[in-house]
Amino acid sequence: MSLIAEMNQKAFDLGVPLSVHLDVTYRCNERCVHCYLDHDDHGEMTTAEIKGVLDQLEEAGVFFLTFSGGEVFMRRDFFELLEHARRLLFNVKIKTNAVMIHTAEAQRIRALGVDTVQISVYSHRPEVHDAITKLPGSLARTIAAIRFLRDQGLKVTIANVLMTGNLADQAGTQKLAAELGVHYTLDPTITPMMDGDTSILSLRIPGEELGGVFRNPALVPNMEEFCAPPKPPTSDDLEGYSCSAGHSFCYISPYGDVFPCVQFPLPGGNLRRQKFLDIWNLSPELKEVRSIRAKDLTVCSSCSHVSSCTRCPGLAYMEGSMRGPSTADCEKSFYRTGVPTANMLRHESGRARGAPLIQIQPLAMAT
Amino acid sequence: MPEMYIARSSAIAARMLAGEMMVMNSMDSTFFTLNEVATAIWQAADGSTPLREIVEQRICPEFDVGSEQAQADAEEFVRELSQHGILLVSDRPLRDPALSDPLAPGER
Repeated sequence: MSLIAEMNQKAFDLGVPLSVHLDVTYRCNERCVHCYLDHDDHGEMTTAEIKGVLDQLEEAGVFFLTFSGGEVFMRRDFFELLEHARRLLFNVKIKTNAVMIHTAEAQRIRALGVDTVQISVYSHRPEVHDAITKLPGSLARTIAAIRFLRDQGLKVTIANVLMTGNLADQAGTQKLAAELGVHYTLDPTITPMMDGDTSILSLRIPGEELGGVFRNPALVPNMEEFCAPPKPPTSDDLEGYSCSAGHSFCYISPYGDVFPCVQFPLPGGNLRRQKFLDIWNLSPELKEVRSIRAKDLTVCSSCSHVSSCTRCPGLAYMEGSMRGPSTADCEKSFYRTGVPTANMLRHESGRARGAPLIQIQPLAMAT
Repeated sequence: MPEMYIARSSAIAARMLAGEMMVMNSMDSTFFTLNEVATAIWQAADGSTPLREIVEQRICPEFDVGSEQAQADAEEFVRELSQHGILLVSDRPLRDPALSDPLAPGER
């Protein structure tokens, strides 16, 4: 186990919020077709409020801090916030579309000792990338910014969200990252809107295409192990937890709401009314999230994938129950290994039992 | 023997977790945890207090160690962290970059 993994485990065991994702705004200069946010300002925290939150996070033991949005540079005080965070010695990562970053901004980010800048790129082709962001010229500006940042010696990661509109460009985007000399990561997950609207899920790449992603040696070097059938769960697996959400990680919205994770819209409290540590330690919602072990999951506890699935409790919550399955992750487990999940088998048998009734209904209606 | 002054690099992140100080350098992502003695030296690295004084006034009384051994251990620790760019070392006082304004005129 690496030293960082050891410290993560220690934070998890002690209930220390080692990592926090803070969205400083939902406003954005792009209008990405798959985005789960609205882009209006419903009363963002002020500069002083966010600085106060950062002070509280330092006191709570937060080490890894991600600034994201919306687009962080839509806030004119962003560098003031960044500077405050670095004075408090957080390890800072910035997620941005980078279109507002030029040489001066890149130099400033470097001077402030930011660890990593993660930048969304959807394609190596402007006609595809710009059609997703709905901002003409955005790819050219983003690539220019990546060069500015790279030239400052900063660690840059291209984050490639895969969806129907750019699936064919995955290899080209990965090649672009290599040409630019930056890291590349992809994510095939499209999540529902924060308000529960699921219409953007139609942009998800079809499940059968996931198999191709998981068996792409350029993306998965240890493919044989990665795609192997699941091992039977041990008793330790069943006593384990899904992920770090609410255990050593949380998400804070621009309005001060504290959630277990970015894609887990169950607020535990609000920083305008409560102290961070009071929310973290006392919120019934966070306590409930923390209480759920694999053995408590309604369907997944009996699933052969339970020890290796990437089941997201937030996506499960959005589907109806934080103890239930997350269909998107069921699909990933199935297309990764070829072994159906308990949730899929349940629906299959449900359909099989339901089929005669559906056939009878029109006949009954006809009589 | 010249005095040794130490200051924390502006590229580092640091936080205490369960009695251990985690330190990470953003330039190369090197990650350390420091024991209690190393943490005390780290926290005292203000750029203006000589290492000898840090050892004599903070380390020896707090950890009940002899000054000669403590000084040798401290110097080795400082050398190791300076090689990773986590501590800055000089024979003259340094401004503490962790406390200075990295955006101040003349430093951009």
